[in-house]
Amino acid sequence: MAEKSLMKGNEALAEAALRAGCKCFFGYPITPQTEIAAYLSKRMPKVGGVFLQAESEVAAINMVYGCAGSGIRCMTSSSSPGISLKSEGISYIAGADLPCVIIDVMRGGPGLGGIQPSQADYYQITKGVGHGDYHIIVLAPSTVQEMADCVTRAFDLADKYRMPAVVLADGLLGQMMEPVAFDDAEIIMSDASKKPWAANGHKNSRKHNIINSLYLQAPELERTIRERYERYAEIEKTETQAVADYCDDADIVVVAYGSTARLAKSAVDEARKLGIKAGAFRPVTLYPFPVNELNAAVKNAKKVLVVEMSMGQMVDDVKLAINCSRPVEFFGRTGGVIPAPAEILAKIKEMGGND
Amino acid sequence: MDNRKLTIVTGHYGAGKTNFSVNLALDIAARGEKCTVIDLDIVNPYFRTADFTGMFAEKGISLYAPVYANSNLDIPSLNIPLESILADGGYAVIDVGGDDEGAKALGRFAPVITAFGDSQMLYVINRYRYLTKEAADAVQVMREIEYSCGLLHTGIINNSSLGAETTEETVRSSLAFAEEVSRLSGLPICATCAAEGAMPEEAPEKYPIKRYVRNLWEK
Repeated sequence: MAEKSLMKGNEALAEAALRAGCKCFFGYPITPQTEIAAYLSKRMPKVGGVFLQAESEVAAINMVYGCAGSGIRCMTSSSSPGISLKSEGISYIAGADLPCVIIDVMRGGPGLGGIQPSQADYYQITKGVGHGDYHIIVLAPSTVQEMADCVTRAFDLADKYRMPAVVLADGLLGQMMEPVAFDDAEIIMSDASKKPWAANGHKNSRKHNIINSLYLQAPELERTIRERYERYAEIEKTETQAVADYCDDADIVVVAYGSTARLAKSAVDEARKLGIKAGAFRPVTLYPFPVNELNAAVKNAKKVLVVEMSMGQMVDDVKLAINCSRPVEFFGRTGGVIPAPAEILAKIKEMGGND
Repeated sequence: MDNRKLTIVTGHYGAGKTNFSVNLALDIAARGEKCTVIDLDIVNPYFRTADFTGMFAEKGISLYAPVYANSNLDIPSLNIPLESILADGGYAVIDVGGDDEGAKALGRFAPVITAFGDSQMLYVINRYRYLTKEAADAVQVMREIEYSCGLLHTGIINNSSLGAETTEETVRSSLAFAEEVSRLSGLPICATCAAEGAMPEEAPEKYPIKRYVRNLWEK
């Protein structure tokens, strides 16, 4: 393991992208993720890559669309309002079967909302962002080290399944500092030549490739979508990831993701000290949602508590995943207010965890 | 560290300026002196001196921060009456945010600070910060800050840390780095900061600190 450095979450995301062979970054600044762009503006030219501050989020995502079509690893980053602006482009990229990585460091909404951390864009991100029948991969790290690791995984999954992958963080993760280590000292360069679909110039050596999301014949569009859903089925079967702590004998399983999972874990640790049988379950992949892992984790539980920095969005997926086999309750703070471990503990107690 | 009425704290962002500034202010207040903290960070939206409003009020420390700090408004507005704070006779600590960009805000006060005279400008270094691990890089950021604000540093604060994972060995491994920054910049090491149990015996200018800037799940 390489020596550890102290990094801000946003810096770790940016450095990890460079190391994963991201050669082009197109973005537009917005708090609380601007350090990603600031970092890459300094580092990208030094490794022979492209950093471009676009005139808007809409322009940036369309630059990603074009760049992804050439097979080069590329990325954009934004925060909630900016992601809304990118939604059309994300739909087009998914519709053209192109890989790219999008980082979303969530802040409070709706509208301009606020600049403090939030998880109120769970629906937006996990349900596809833009229009159409499609999915995007969503990874939700909860430490600065995991933020770095998730970026590499996002690029790999995006390439493997030819679709956009999102690393979903929130302002707290983006701004906090923690030790992080990067395994490879060397920066990996992606190889566009290994992507037979890429429109990257061939000098008449093969049939030309077309990047397109327009299918005017209904049966053809349906066939394309069905083919895509076969890939989604494979992803749902093989790519789920979650972390379960003390769930085996837990009466109450607390489900949370991202930075909220750390607050929830802290509350669960306190509950255990008080003799309350609480467990912590953290989905790392939000799409695909870790359905089997969650069912295994709540096997012996009487109740489930979902904690989010929102009015309750992932709570729907939790109910669906376990088919409402147990009562699912919710605790959340929103608008940029962070739930305190003591508040979560109080909710655990209120649910009968002190019996 | 010299006993100056005005201490200006700068550094590469994430080096630990805020934590150092909070420690310094609490020490000044503990000596029974009047102390004012000025949060001049126009760059970072979270984890800043303005987070300590409650603790400062308890210890009788005055705090000045940009009007909209920690609010939802993304506008850096500086309403700091530095002249009157300095004329008041007490101590003042200025926490300057994020690199050369942040130091621009300090530049506005350069004439007042120069005329005041009884000041020191300390550059906080952290050997574990990703882009300033080499002494030459740390010195370059230091020069960029000086260029940006029009004031010169007078000393170095070795605040090398890995946050919650900091051990005595972490600090020990940073001593040579701090010496090299000192040699390259021609400035003295004014303090080696470490929390209880992490201070190496051989560290120069020991300055024991507490870690006040932490995450909710560590509290």
